[in-house]
Amino acid sequence: MRDGIINILVVGIGGQGVMTAAEMLARTALNQGYDVKKTEVAGMAQRGGVVSSHVRFGPRIYSPQIDAGEADLLIGFEAAEALRWLPWLRPTGVAMVNTLRIAPPVVSAGLYDYPADPIGQLAASGVEVHAFDAGAIAEQLGNPKLVNSIMLGAISDHLPFPADVLKTAIIEGFRAYKPKLAEVNAQAFDAGRQAGHADR
Amino acid sequence: MNAVVHAKAASRHLLSGNEAVARAAWEAGVRVAAAYPGTPATEILENIALYPDIYSEWSVNEKVAVEVAIGASLAGSRALAAMKHVGMNVASDAFMTQSLAGVVGGLVLVVADDVGLSSSQNEQDSRYWGRFGHMPILEPADSQEAYEMTKTAFDLSEQYETPVIVRMTTRVCHVKAMVEFTGERVEHPAAGFQKNPQRWVMTPANAKPRLALMHERDRQLRALSETSELNTAYVGSDRRIGFVTSGPAFMHVREAFPNAPVLKLGFSHPPPLEKIRAFAATVDTLVVVEETEALLETEIRAAGIAMQGKELLPRCGELAPSVLRPAIKALLGEIHEAPKPLQAGVFPRPPTMCASCPHLGPYFALSHIRNLNIVGDIGCYTLGAGHPWNALDTCTCMGASLSMAHGMDKGRGASDEQKHIVAVIGDSTFLHMGMQGLLNMIYNRGNVTVLLLDNRSVGMTGGQENPGTGQNLHGLPAPRVDFVKLAEGLGVRPERIRTVDPYELPTIVKLVREEIKMEEPSVIITTRPCSLTDRFERFRPYAVVEDLCTGCGNCIDLGCPAISVARRERVATKSGKSRELVFARIDPNACTGCHMCAGTCAPAAIVQQSQDSVVRIQPHA
Repeated sequence: MRDGIINILVVGIGGQGVMTAAEMLARTALNQGYDVKKTEVAGMAQRGGVVSSHVRFGPRIYSPQIDAGEADLLIGFEAAEALRWLPWLRPTGVAMVNTLRIAPPVVSAGLYDYPADPIGQLAASGVEVHAFDAGAIAEQLGNPKLVNSIMLGAISDHLPFPADVLKTAIIEGFRAYKPKLAEVNAQAFDAGRQAGHADR
Repeated sequence: MNAVVHAKAASRHLLSGNEAVARAAWEAGVRVAAAYPGTPATEILENIALYPDIYSEWSVNEKVAVEVAIGASLAGSRALAAMKHVGMNVASDAFMTQSLAGVVGGLVLVVADDVGLSSSQNEQDSRYWGRFGHMPILEPADSQEAYEMTKTAFDLSEQYETPVIVRMTTRVCHVKAMVEFTGERVEHPAAGFQKNPQRWVMTPANAKPRLALMHERDRQLRALSETSELNTAYVGSDRRIGFVTSGPAFMHVREAFPNAPVLKLGFSHPPPLEKIRAFAATVDTLVVVEETEALLETEIRAAGIAMQGKELLPRCGELAPSVLRPAIKALLGEIHEAPKPLQAGVFPRPPTMCASCPHLGPYFALSHIRNLNIVGDIGCYTLGAGHPWNALDTCTCMGASLSMAHGMDKGRGASDEQKHIVAVIGDSTFLHMGMQGLLNMIYNRGNVTVLLLDNRSVGMTGGQENPGTGQNLHGLPAPRVDFVKLAEGLGVRPERIRTVDPYELPTIVKLVREEIKMEEPSVIITTRPCSLTDRFERFRPYAVVEDLCTGCGNCIDLGCPAISVARRERVATKSGKSRELVFARIDPNACTGCHMCAGTCAPAAIVQQSQDSVVRIQPHA
């Protein structure tokens, strides 16, 4: 954090819910009284391409973009994507990574290699890395779509407001639109919060 | 119901620039709004559609949308047309003359420049149109300003009887930021069209006297710009460099140089040159920061004001803090110490077509037929130029495929003699501006094989409706164009109009082979809904039966992202050479059961899973 501003970069692949997670963070920060800006590359992103969503909040936010080396938190919904955006993280930053690996067709076709150990590479750079299999947790809870709440739970102890504020915001969102899913998302948030404390 | 639609004044919301424009249009009393989808402007009309007080529509193209808005304005209604930068080119014929005639109800053109080309074929600075068409330009820097300036634009439009441009960029359209509402809807009832041929019938005799009036309007707007509160100076403690800037570049300047004086131009055309001159006198060096072309710069220099601009800064792309800092520090003679970025290096992940995308079939066919020149168009199918199809040779602008293909046929060179010319276009692009190309080709006895890929949506922008889908902007039933009858009506011989299910691979390959041999235009229409829309039906996934798979790799060539390489094996052939076998795997989470890949599999190793046998696995590398 610098000048009271927190920069969060949420990254993954089109269709994974990156923008939804970023939106949740931005709305919660707004309700906490911060000035907020959120930006992303959309458009062609939904065709399986790289998605990155920038969330910035603080007393006053001008530019919506996070520069290279300026992110406090990196939330990676996929292992190689977390590695791709590593240069955006401050050396003192925190990376919270889902260990899911999705190889695009160019890798499948043998044109490029998928990194053998992306989490290891992240850790070797010196940043604080927490990595876990969010998909496995979601499966245990019975719904693959819970990855979003799991990842938000995982980073909730790295925010400038209490984790419960984010949790409550998520649950209230579900109560309003999909009340049946509120309870299981609360469980997912807690499970993610616990997993987020894992070392690697 | 949408919370923003019913929100009261003084409430605060996290809104994109596009959502903010929609709310502002509602408050401003807009009665008619029209657009054709285009990134990054699409959500403006999608959000306006949520307000029942506004008549809103997807028009068939941007020229039509602007003309609809002009008609509404002449009837006395406040009207808005929204478009992406390249849409403004299409619409220009309409507004270049209407700007001369003027408007009655406030007429606002919201144009979104895709600075940085997130999803466009070029980068354009639409502020040129204000200069070319004698229209004032307002440039919001964020959502709050998009909201306020859109409302201001309607007042300005009515006061000066001119269309007004609100110029957005991707970084305003798609950034979400706080917006505080200052009002609710204020009705502006329409008086009805007042006949006045001298004003509205733009014959030379009627248009000529309007020219002087238009130039007088320019003069008045220039004077207004000098006093407008939208052009504001921010005092700064470090007066070595003062910035003149507009749009989201203002935010970047404030971010990078919080202590520098800034003159922010919200009313950027006509520019307030005397205000700029006075501001320049208060700083050591004046730097103009504008995305993207040197428009203000040229005008400021012509006014004899010393400044620096594009000699320091790029003429394309976003002027983000990371771009500004080194350039300005160099100007100050300071050393810029950029934070040393951490290292990473990861494979590219280009956008690809989706699992069971109905474009996969046609591209599988095109990639397996030799001697084709394939003239493409704007849409998801432009991705056919990429891996693994490599089956698209050009992409220029909306609807260009048919006319360019016709030209490529008529202008054949020596190496084209044995080539067949194919045009590929989607349903919405065809209806937008492609029909004319087909008519032209028929009329002039061309010879092109047209693939009309009807996926019943505007796919690339997120699955919007068009006259080919049977629904309108509001999801209500609408007359659906019959592409076969349309092609026939334009003059294609009925024998040469073929319809095919794009999932039936052997059939489509055969059809394309047949039609390219014909010495006259053919239209092959493939019909299946986009797999990202509600019209798409999902079935049980398919799987590769390992014992039956021979490793031929044909299914991989389809380019479906649900299919990946399970393993490779090098084997010796009878002739003594070695050849690589590629064994495939289907991700059951991604597969939607379209069965297209089964059509590539000679040993019938790709089979649908039974109800019980579907094993959901985590996809992995």
